Formats: sequence, C-alpha cells, structure tokens
Amino acid sequence: MVDQLFAPTITTAPAEPMLPEVFRIQRVVKESYDTFTLELEPDRGNRAFPFEPGQFNMLYVFGVGEIPISISGDPLHPETLIHTTRAVGTVTKAMGALKPGDVIGVRGPFGTEWPVRAAKGYDVVFVAGGIGLAPLRPALYHILAHREKYGRIVLLYGCRSPEDILFRRELEKWRARFDLEIYVTVDYASPRWHSNVGVVTKLIPKAPFDPLNTIALVCGPEVMMRFTAIELAKRGVRPDDIYISMERNMKCAIGFCGHCQLGPVFICKDGPVFTYRQMQGWLAQWEI
Amino acid sequence: MQTIEEILAQHDFFRDMDPVYLKLLAGCGMNVRFDPGDYLFREGEPANTFFLIRHGQVAIELYDPRRGQLPIDTAGENEVLGWSWLYPPYKWHFSARAVSLTRAIAMDGKCLRDKCDADHDLGYDLMRRFALIIIDRLQATRLQVLDVYG
Repeated sequence: MVDQLFAPTITTAPAEPMLPEVFRIQRVVKESYDTFTLELEPDRGNRAFPFEPGQFNMLYVFGVGEIPISISGDPLHPETLIHTTRAVGTVTKAMGALKPGDVIGVRGPFGTEWPVRAAKGYDVVFVAGGIGLAPLRPALYHILAHREKYGRIVLLYGCRSPEDILFRRELEKWRARFDLEIYVTVDYASPRWHSNVGVVTKLIPKAPFDPLNTIALVCGPEVMMRFTAIELAKRGVRPDDIYISMERNMKCAIGFCGHCQLGPVFICKDGPVFTYRQMQGWLAQWEI
Repeated sequence: MQTIEEILAQHDFFRDMDPVYLKLLAGCGMNVRFDPGDYLFREGEPANTFFLIRHGQVAIELYDPRRGQLPIDTAGENEVLGWSWLYPPYKWHFSARAVSLTRAIAMDGKCLRDKCDADHDLGYDLMRRFALIIIDRLQATRLQVLDVYG
C-alpha cells in the first residue's frame, strides 16, 4: 500500500462553492461523433484555475442546467480549463452546441484526486474505458511531466470502436515515447483495424508491470471498473493500490444535498476517487 | 535451441503439468510460423489443431457477406488459440489470421484426442486447462456484448 494515500493538495475549496463563475469558451474540439472538448477561460481577469488530477467541476449551461464534469486538462497549465464530455443528455447536448465566445458557469474544483504524488516510485497502470480516458488525462500529464519519479507507465485503453478513440493524436504522440506503453483495444472493429479486439480486461494479464509495486488508476463505466479491479487483483495488485473514479447523480457537489450518496459516502465530497477496497462492497450492490 | 517439451513446460497453459504428460504431449507439437495475412485456419475447415502463440498477434474473424472478414477477438503472445478440435464435428467456427509475424507451437489435436482417450487422467488435466480458457473467453465476450461504453 502506498505510504501516504493523499498528499496535501495545492488547491483550495472555492470561497463561494454554490456560486458559478462565468467562463468564456475559447475553443471547441470535436473528439468523435458524440464527444467534444471545451477550452474555457475566466470571463473577467486572467486568474488561473488550479486543480488536482481527478477533480471535477459543476458546469452550468445557463437556462438549461448544471452537471458535474471531470477536468481533462493539464494541471500544470491551469490558465485554461479543459473539459471533455459526451453529448448524451439535455445539458451535454446544449453544451455541445456552444461556440467559441459563448459563456458557461463553473463551480469547482471539487472532490478527491488521483494519488499521483503517493504513486512516486511505483509502476503506474492506467486503465481507461471509453470517455473514462478524459478524467485520467490530467494524471497522465502530471506523471509524464515528472516521468523520472515513476517506474513503468502503462495505459490500457478500451473503447467501443476505432472511431470512438479519444485524444487520438495525443495517444499517437505518447506512444512514440520510449517511456510509456499504450495498448488500445476495441469491442467492434472493421477489417481495417490491426490492433487488439476485445474488452479492456483482456489486456491486464499481458501488461508489463510489477503487481506488487503498482498503483492502478481506473476510470470508465462502473461495470468495466468492477471487472478491471477483479482482474488487477488476480494479477496481484492490492485493493488498496487500485483507485477508481465513481460517478453518481451529483447536484450540490459539496455533500449537502445527498443525491450522490453511496452507502456511507458522498461521491462528490468523499470521492470521486476512491480505493477499490473502499468501494469493493458497494460496486455490486443492487438498488443503491 | 529449445525443444518443444521445454517450450511447453514454460508456457502458462501447461504450468505445473506432470513432466510425463509434457513429454507425451510434446510428441504432438511442432513449430510453425505465419506471415502477416496468413490464415492459421479458416471457418468450416476441419479442426485438428490448436496453437500456443509464442510471438505475434492473431485476429479471430467471422465472415459477413456485406462487411467482409470482421475481427471479433484477438489472441497474442502466450495465449492458446482453438478448441474446436476438442468436440465434434471438429470444424473451425471462426477463422484466424496472423496480424503480424506469428510464431506458435501447433498441437495435433487428433493425436491428443487419442492420447486423452487412452489415459483419462491426462484427458481430465487437459480438459480442465481448456475449461479455464473457455470460461475466460466467455466472461470477456459477455462484457463485450454488454456494450458498456455505449
């Protein structure tokens, strides 16, 4: 188990956590047919927005609604706030229609972070499923910026099809490095696809890492995280060293409203990042 | 150069197998090599072999008249490929194509079936090992069809 689960963060809780700040959209990047990235800057002033990898913001499309979205940008460049999401509901669809120059409300940053400081000296295995790569990207940026402090770095990424691969250009660039190994697998492929086919859990037995000295960061649909954690544990990674990012219906983001309660915890305040040991008993619970 | 018996002994699939059985099984194995694009086997053909992949990657494909050969799974280094040789009608259900240069040990399934029939302890040991692989593939396929990222 890592010596210190969560090192002190450099971020501070927002002074007015329920009051959105106005940000202006600088750029919209279409990542795939249904996924997009928003790059935001504060509407007034040039204030940087410090955050820790794994944290999220509440984004408010004025007149439509507010939703939690993980930050997907580089924590070393907090002057631009970056979020990546899929257009699946009313708010995200409205968000996807926004253009550069439009404004959006931001509350945050909220929640716990990936243990990137505590993972120093360890092999770090990222396991991402679909859009789950977005919340992991800040941790990847952090670790690659301090590469010499870590052991082997492995990214296992599973998604629906080759067309759904997020951050493709960046993945190709990272793959060209000699100090990071990336394996991508898809559920459905055309004859033109020449890489892995199958669920992401299939990559775990073959991935090059030392299970007893590994910190695993897992993000994706809950069922994928559940089976990934089981497979990592089979390989010998301890449940305390497997971290997962949970998602629930978050409204206030500060543990008041209770919408995101899961057993004894509030996902917004006590999470979203938990150890597998903390969540193990709750992942397969019905009706919670 | 390593003998087939030594290679089998080091392979995960045969881990902790009785050396007497390993020696027996080694007689059914041969080294094979496939260039990218070569087929290890094709759907509908007689299935009398299975493969221990030592290097490379193989796509397991299903033919769709409209879309062509569709890769539904892949198998790579240290994996075992093929169990249609175990059960009648001993025909391949899918095709397997080398995606990259692939080196493998091809095990003669017909020869193995005879040996398993003659020695049920060997048969039980081998069936247990294959059952684990079949279970793993079944679990993975269940997750795959869930379309969890959708």
